[in-house]
Amino acid sequence: MAHVSLKALEKIYPNGYHAVHGTDLEIQDGEFIVLVGPSGCGKSTLLRMIAGLEDITSGDLEIGDRWVNDLDPADRDIAMVFQNYALYPHMTVYNNMAYGLRNRKISKEDIDAAVRGAADMLNLNDYLDRRPSQLSGGQRQRVAMGRAIVREPALFLFDEPLSNLDAKLRNQMRIEIRNLQKKLGTTSVYVTHDQVEAMTMADRIVVLNAGQIEQIGTPAEIYHQPASVFVASFMGAPPMNMLEATLNGAGAIEVAGLGAIGALNSTPYSGPVKVGIRPEKVKLSNRQEGDNQPFIHEFTEELGAARLVHGRLGDMPFVVNLHQEDMIPEGALFASLPVETLHVFEADTGKRVAV
Amino acid sequence: MKSSVTSATNLPKINRRRRLVKWETVIDHSVLILGSALMLFPVLLTIMTSSYDKLAFAKNGLQFGWSDKFIENYNKALFEPSGFSGTIDGMTMLSNSLILGLGFAVGKIVISMMAAYAIVYFRFRFATFSFWIIFTTLLLPLEVRILPSYEVIQSFGLTNTYTGLIVPLIASATGTFFFRQFFRSVPEELVEAARIDGAGPVKFFIDILVPLSKTMIAAMFIIMFVFGWNQYLWPTLITTEEGMFTLVRGIKNIIQSFTDSNAIPEYGVGMALTIITMLPPVLIVVFFQSWFVKGLTESDK
Repeated sequence: MAHVSLKALEKIYPNGYHAVHGTDLEIQDGEFIVLVGPSGCGKSTLLRMIAGLEDITSGDLEIGDRWVNDLDPADRDIAMVFQNYALYPHMTVYNNMAYGLRNRKISKEDIDAAVRGAADMLNLNDYLDRRPSQLSGGQRQRVAMGRAIVREPALFLFDEPLSNLDAKLRNQMRIEIRNLQKKLGTTSVYVTHDQVEAMTMADRIVVLNAGQIEQIGTPAEIYHQPASVFVASFMGAPPMNMLEATLNGAGAIEVAGLGAIGALNSTPYSGPVKVGIRPEKVKLSNRQEGDNQPFIHEFTEELGAARLVHGRLGDMPFVVNLHQEDMIPEGALFASLPVETLHVFEADTGKRVAV
Repeated sequence: MKSSVTSATNLPKINRRRRLVKWETVIDHSVLILGSALMLFPVLLTIMTSSYDKLAFAKNGLQFGWSDKFIENYNKALFEPSGFSGTIDGMTMLSNSLILGLGFAVGKIVISMMAAYAIVYFRFRFATFSFWIIFTTLLLPLEVRILPSYEVIQSFGLTNTYTGLIVPLIASATGTFFFRQFFRSVPEELVEAARIDGAGPVKFFIDILVPLSKTMIAAMFIIMFVFGWNQYLWPTLITTEEGMFTLVRGIKNIIQSFTDSNAIPEYGVGMALTIITMLPPVLIVVFFQSWFVKGLTESDK
């Protein structure tokens, strides 16, 4: 149990590649932080820097109240769960979990108690004498979790632990990991590229892009108040619709090729912007009214609980997410974009415009 | 229902076709049997000849049959002191050969594993370069460097010692290469997991890498043991005392020493000794065969 603080952490590889730019992050005691971003955004590098598997080029890393920049991974009081589990193939499940404790010269009885306790928690009691190769993917993942738990570390690190599992198991393990973490109350940092994992598991999400933090916030904040175009289009499936537009000083939004779609209450900003709207916020009708815009319907994806209506607004691709009960109206379609649901970003910097 | 009916009507046809296929298997097997007979025939001849006394061989050459001197010849080969000094028997040579074979195999495995470990896991400068340097020593087999090697061993006073017999042959580019390839296939995460689990370099090597490589080690052991066992040139050079002779070199010695004294060489005993020489490598290959195949084809991951 510990808080973790990252101060201006930098990672520059010997070949000059700047993987992580000055990163500041305060992780509270017992918090579940998810680092999310596209591949190559530096999220794994950042995690491995916390673990001590990558050197820190500059900046400070504290776990608990200790400055750990130069400590070996083994001395940082952390445990890590790897994507491919990284179980020792020649050891039984029991020994896999006990190995780290044995290296720390803990007494046999204590090791036994810790391993059996973890096995109880993870339903691994019947498998303690098996080898990893005799286990299913989900069980291997549990063993990897068990190996982390027995150590009672100050910090759990997860490096895309669920990406080798099939979809069903992934959902189940996601819940298991989250429950376990809540029960143990151990501070956790979890890396994933899967936004569903990020949204469902995190206390706070850190969205990374090109080695820089785009936004830190609760899942709701990230979803409803994205700080940049990148966050807006990365989080959410289907992604947010983005329209090129201009904002004149009075707050009126003029979409390229469409005309005015409404006016914001007040904003001092004027100039080119990107206007985003979540597909589920768009309303479709077959009557032109107010500021709604002609929508050219191309095809529909049926998802069961919802349907995705793909088409164009002007010449820009546009997706509408309709609830299953909402039928697609007959005839020519018009999309209305409620002004209060719009997200406005500066076109050149991608930053959110305060509304 | 329908499918079972069609399959029933198809059955005789399939059977007829199978009988045709069987001709091919007959041919395949005859080729294989012929091949193995050809390979085994000299061994068989040697075994049979080893049951005759020396005169039979001197008069009629190799024998295809069975005589009554079998036990006597093997007894002589193993237990009767012979050689120029009359101090060396088959058992001594057998134990010398075993020491050479085992020392050779174990030494090669230990050295090449450690070399490969250093090359793969420690990012020291010129690691790749030193690997290729090691690799190029494949171009310098013992025969090429035999004079300098002999000079070195001789100047250390290591002639007629096991050390002198084994150590110069121990460095192994092939072994290093095989272990390097194997270590590189061990997932990086395993190393990292071990680091987080508090295993230092030595602990990681002993606790994780060595157990993971055990099939590989077994395969290397077989190859190296047989290779060491069959060494002829180096033992011939380095051992001058008969007490240090290995089997491979002793066979020739038995026959030669009698030739020099104008007697008829003990051919029967020589044949017996040849068979004895062949046995240990054969046994090792037979016993470790499954490990051997495993080590070269699959990895335990």
